Amino acid sequence: MLQYIIKRLLILPFLLFIFSIIAFILIQAPPGDFLTSYIAELATSGSSIERAQIDALRALYGLDQPLYIQYFKWIGRLLTGDLGFSLDWQKPISELIGERLALTLALGVGTFIFTWLVAIPIGILSATRQYSFFDYFFTVFNYIGVATPTFMTALVLMWIAFKYYGLSVTGLFSPEYIDAVWSWDRTVDLLKHLWLPVVILGLDGTARLARVMRANLLDELKKPYMEMARAKGMSEWSLVMKYPVRLALNPLVSTIGWYLPLIFSGSVIVATVMNLPTIGPMLLRALISQDMFLAGTIILIYMILAIIGTLISDILLAWLDPRIRMEDN
Amino acid sequence: MSEVKPLLSVEKLKTCFELDEGTVKAVDGVSFKLYPSKILGIVGESGCGKSITIKSILRILEKPGRITSGKIMFHSTKSPGKAESELVDLAQLEPHCKQIRSIRGNEIALIPQEPMAAFSPVHTIGNQITEAVLLHSSIGSSEAQQIVIKCLREVGIPNPERCMEMYSWELSGGLRQRALISMALVCEPSLLIADEPTTAIDVTTQAQILNLLRILQKDHNTAIIFITHDLGVISQLADDVVVMYLGRVMEVGPVDDIFHNPQHPYTKALLKSIPTINTVNRSWLPTIEGSIPHAFHRPKGCPFHQRCQDVIPGLCDQKTPALHPVTDHQSVSCFKIHDFVDQP
Ligand SMILES: Nc1ncnc2c1ncn2[C@@H]1O[C@H](COP(=O)(O)OP(=O)(O)OP(=O)(O)O)[C@@H](O)[C@H]1O
Ligand SMILES: [Mg+2]
Repeated sequence: MLQYIIKRLLILPFLLFIFSIIAFILIQAPPGDFLTSYIAELATSGSSIERAQIDALRALYGLDQPLYIQYFKWIGRLLTGDLGFSLDWQKPISELIGERLALTLALGVGTFIFTWLVAIPIGILSATRQYSFFDYFFTVFNYIGVATPTFMTALVLMWIAFKYYGLSVTGLFSPEYIDAVWSWDRTVDLLKHLWLPVVILGLDGTARLARVMRANLLDELKKPYMEMARAKGMSEWSLVMKYPVRLALNPLVSTIGWYLPLIFSGSVIVATVMNLPTIGPMLLRALISQDMFLAGTIILIYMILAIIGTLISDILLAWLDPRIRMEDN
Repeated sequence: MSEVKPLLSVEKLKTCFELDEGTVKAVDGVSFKLYPSKILGIVGESGCGKSITIKSILRILEKPGRITSGKIMFHSTKSPGKAESELVDLAQLEPHCKQIRSIRGNEIALIPQEPMAAFSPVHTIGNQITEAVLLHSSIGSSEAQQIVIKCLREVGIPNPERCMEMYSWELSGGLRQRALISMALVCEPSLLIADEPTTAIDVTTQAQILNLLRILQKDHNTAIIFITHDLGVISQLADDVVVMYLGRVMEVGPVDDIFHNPQHPYTKALLKSIPTINTVNRSWLPTIEGSIPHAFHRPKGCPFHQRCQDVIPGLCDQKTPALHPVTDHQSVSCFKIHDFVDQP
């Protein structure tokens, strides 16, 4: 097991290297260098920038030098913790994304927990009571859940909350806490606002996960070990929970990996609609205004999240399934 | 013999699967008796209802299978809270009730037809066998593990302590089969049901497993129901034989009588199809003509009449013969031998 984890950890630097190159290519993708377009933009809006400042920036990013030197300059600064400067916001990137990243993570983890807590029991009950009213009800429910775009759900729920309960459910904080420093009260306020976006973002994933869980479990319920466990005299419920549920979960665990970044990117539209201070809308704005270092940093963070997610699911899978754990020995 | 009470007595058992396409009568009036510490062989072609019969006994039929009539009288000796033994009609119990669960594994154990997948691949062998012990007794888990290790050693598994920590897919076919046998026997059941336990393993290992079963059966006085296609195995192992065809019993009796003095045309045909070393022409083996009718198109009358060489037209295709004794121990269901009609 330890050996397995170490193996996975050893390829991490290599993956990070590849992904950082991809992020860098994305930064370079727009025609011309970002500084030129920035100056052009400033010129159209009437303000101007000093010659000296431009030259300083040029030297900092190595814009006159070959691409690979630009890359190493960028990565070198990243490694020392300097994420760079957003020309669009006129703020250091680390300052810009710090809290947004934390909130995005809170939202992502919350959505993930919600999805699994709701979907797995529904999947189990639907499979064990196949073709019952419960099963049909959730089959229909799941189809609706998958088919409805998330932003639609968001709009409808926001409208209901506003119309019938007088609640304004946009944002993640009440107005008085938006710019406040972190405190216990602010955390409580966050939790009060978090649940609705969690439900909205989680609905689609819940529907999908419940369907997959149901299908996996139905497969497992036909396996001969079920008959054997019954013949031992186990009660139906405890044997279902011990054997087939455990085996049906295994393939799902491997989806955690791509689930993490999916929540972040998938939340862009909902976050825009609900005015959530998360990282998705910021990426969108950065891309539109060609604030490429901000965009590149966010994309790199996505990629790192994907790597972490994959690592977590690999470890979980090995922990759950001895066949995978021992493959490497 | 006559004063010994049967351990298990199945009477006119009928089990159906009600499907949208129609009703499959998988077991259609099966009767047999099994006495304590005897071995009963059940033979018959694929699909004749052998597995469904024993699943009905254990009450582990999958949906939509259902026992529609008949009795399954079992002599229960370990029923909780009762000192004396008790005669239970298993067919009357609810499939998931406490009483049947305390009998399953504890008094009637199963070695299933598919040994390869009978263990969960993500739980250790030790975990799964210990579970069987813990289900039926109130001892602690370390004590239960000692019992399991002892039982694994008894079925001939080398280094049982290590085997406890292993997964089923790490064992060879033969060892896996032994582990399954030890899981079945660990609670010292009075009846062991083995559903084709040796079909999936090679001939040498097969012989070893059969030997093992015979030894265990002597040591523990366990009664066995042994299901197989292989008449050779039956002749070596069984005391009594049930010959099944399309969900019905064609002939039942002691193994010597069935092999040396078969009465039913189907039994005769089955015996003729066993290859022997002395078979004159090696390239030709007698087979039974025709094929088994599909379960939906069960013929009227005797189920075998379409393929029977001794068919009596106007009788065999109209009425179903009863399973009637022809000697003290042997019973046959054939109008050629007697003219008792089956009363449903
Ligand atoms: N789940 C089911 N649904 C419908 N019919 C079934 C089902 N299981 C078994 N049957 C029918 O019951 C009949 C008997 O099946 P069974 O499994 O008892 O055969 P068998 O004698 O054990 O054969 P084999 O030697 O191949 O194991 C078959 O004709 C089959 O079509
Ligand atoms: Mg079978």
